[in-house]
Amino acid sequence: MKPGLQFDDAGRLRHLLTIEGLSRQTIIEILDTAESFISMGEREIKKIPLLRGKTVVNLFFESSTRTRTTFEIAAKRLSADVINLNVDASSTSKGETLLDTIRNLEAMHTDLFIVRHAESGAAHMIARHVPPHVHIINAGDGRHAHPTQGLLDMFTIRRYKGAFEKLKVAIVGDILHSRVARSQIHALVTLGVAELRVVAPKTLLPTAVEMLGVRAFTRMEEGLDGVDVVMMLRLQRERMQGAHIPSEHEFFNLYGLTPAKLALAAKDAIVMHPGPMNRGLEIDSAVADGPQSVILPQVTYGIAVRMAVMALIMGGASEPPKYRDAQMSRAAKNPQRAGGRR
Amino acid sequence: MAGIVIQGGRLIDPAHAVDGKKDLYIDGNGFVVGVGKAPSGFKETKSIDARGLIVCPGLVDLRARLREPGLEYKATIESEVHAAVAAGITTLCCPPDTRPVIDTPAMAQMIQSRAWRFGKAFIHPLGALTQGLGGKLLADMEALDEAGCVGFTNALEPMTDTLVLRRALEYAATLDLTVFLHAEDPWLRNGGCVHEGEIGTRLGLPGIPEAAETVGVARDLALIEQTGCRAHFCNLSSNRAVAMIAEAIAHGLPVSADVTAHHLHLTEHDIGDFNTLCHVQPPLRGTHDRKGLRKALKTGVIRAICSDHQPHEPDAKLAPFAKSEPGISALETLLPLTLKLVDEKLLSLSEALALLTHNPAEIIGVETGHLGVGATADICIFDPEARWMLTEDKLISRGHNTPFLGWEFRGRVTYTLVGGKIVFEAGEN
Repeated sequence: MKPGLQFDDAGRLRHLLTIEGLSRQTIIEILDTAESFISMGEREIKKIPLLRGKTVVNLFFESSTRTRTTFEIAAKRLSADVINLNVDASSTSKGETLLDTIRNLEAMHTDLFIVRHAESGAAHMIARHVPPHVHIINAGDGRHAHPTQGLLDMFTIRRYKGAFEKLKVAIVGDILHSRVARSQIHALVTLGVAELRVVAPKTLLPTAVEMLGVRAFTRMEEGLDGVDVVMMLRLQRERMQGAHIPSEHEFFNLYGLTPAKLALAAKDAIVMHPGPMNRGLEIDSAVADGPQSVILPQVTYGIAVRMAVMALIMGGASEPPKYRDAQMSRAAKNPQRAGGRR
Repeated sequence: MAGIVIQGGRLIDPAHAVDGKKDLYIDGNGFVVGVGKAPSGFKETKSIDARGLIVCPGLVDLRARLREPGLEYKATIESEVHAAVAAGITTLCCPPDTRPVIDTPAMAQMIQSRAWRFGKAFIHPLGALTQGLGGKLLADMEALDEAGCVGFTNALEPMTDTLVLRRALEYAATLDLTVFLHAEDPWLRNGGCVHEGEIGTRLGLPGIPEAAETVGVARDLALIEQTGCRAHFCNLSSNRAVAMIAEAIAHGLPVSADVTAHHLHLTEHDIGDFNTLCHVQPPLRGTHDRKGLRKALKTGVIRAICSDHQPHEPDAKLAPFAKSEPGISALETLLPLTLKLVDEKLLSLSEALALLTHNPAEIIGVETGHLGVGATADICIFDPEARWMLTEDKLISRGHNTPFLGWEFRGRVTYTLVGGKIVFEAGEN
């Protein structure tokens, strides 16, 4: 992949389309910036003027609650003006092309588009055709990428588990159709985890998935053995239709994360899920609501991470110094993050 | 007798194993009347100076979509025959997936008469194998054959019902017609848009497994064996399919196969980050597949290179990858990409030209593609040393959808003759 599209001529991040191609340094910078924004959510006044006067359009061609809402909150906390557009079928059904929709909104002087689309590569296509001052954040394109989800997952892992280099991580479920899995894989490989596994039946594993830098397992007993992080994926209930699985019942029996299966992982393993969860299909409620679950903190951190991404791509090369300072002092105080992470 | 003489060129005529400095004499009716020496009483009315140039039969392209009728916003017969002759192509086969479909003699004749009107390249239609390409009812093959169709195909529409395919092959065999097959299992294709492999996995694009092609080839070969129908496999994309065809040929089955020029040069990796210009059908596959296809040219399993020309309007490619329309505007890169294989020492010049001239002409049974005495003077003259870069302003085709922009080529067409008439001369497009 050409590194060009996401970066401007000076090598600064201009769009966030995929984690693939981001350096370890850039990912760490985003996580550190997010760290500085975490405390803001707990303050009385939850706003800073970083994006004052900027227009952000949440352009969702596919429905979403969590992602759209956290992007909206993130943009508002940075003082941007936010417009939500659910395009579902409205203009496209009238025959307008995706690019026409973008050009029309661009004519209204939008500064940042946050795009979700059912087709892989939609955000790339848009990024290739917008003028230099317009930024794109990919909020999920088909099966390809969901970079902010991947980054907030990294943020969550770092908060709870510290250094990536020692970790064994397993991603479980419908890898084939998952943009979340692809983003998680690129991030974890770049951050250099000790071992990265994917666990799924062969019908839900992509061809040649190993070349992404993972080990593929088809049995939970082997895949979860001794891992520090279990990342569950959502299974679309329609997957029986494509003959990927025989039934929800059988999938849960084989791949659903139950307390018994979780016991195969390390004692202090954390459990993650990008939501929305199918309780009783890919995850048992006892696990989802159990002590090892960090599923709700993932959502909370999503806001800070999305703020960090917007701040970085709209605000220039790096975060303002005062937030860096704030973050450094916080990092020193955070006991969970001791241990020579950097 | 009076006519044109092409002087001082290196004549390469693979059909007659000719490769040497020979002048070519063409009479007023457009036939070759002398090779190497003038027939008695020949008076030259015009002389083409071919010193330093290669003179070869005009190229025969087994598959080019001209978009007329039905999709004139993409291209027209007029626009595309200009592009063809500028690229040395003098004979084109047009698949039946026009709108309306070429499943009636009237449609077949209309396309040929449109081509004659412009007096550039010859266009031979391929007739529909089934009515409306629907895969259910056989088309009137005899009438279409009479109307000038050189073969029958369901184009890219799958023959889902195997019994209908069997009957179609039996019926074509009855009339001694050639059937052109795009072997692909539609169930395994399942809406895919790239090779099921590394790139599809990385980009999250639905893949078409190699098995979609091999299952299709296996089914079709079994029916060819049973029916005895002469068949031509279009557009092989995988190394395994090549091996299956090779085995069938070794067993004496009446089959031939072609490949596109782009499958010989590109792989799935050229898709990079969603380059829709590399969205083609069948998909670009892996490096070992490209290697297998190249080898098959050498062993003779693949007997023709075609352009599979599919010109598009710009919007067709301005969409997310899976939603973009497949195909490359490829007439003007057919000869350059084939000559690259000579530069890369895969083929001799004569072998390469055979794949573009005599062999495809034989597959469609049309009297062209060679330059013996008595042949139609369909001729391509090119400068083998001219180096140039493909840029958008150089394209004559209405379709600018090519992933080869910016590629450097060696070899440039300087003259094209069709039926003894100069239809293209470099420098006066």
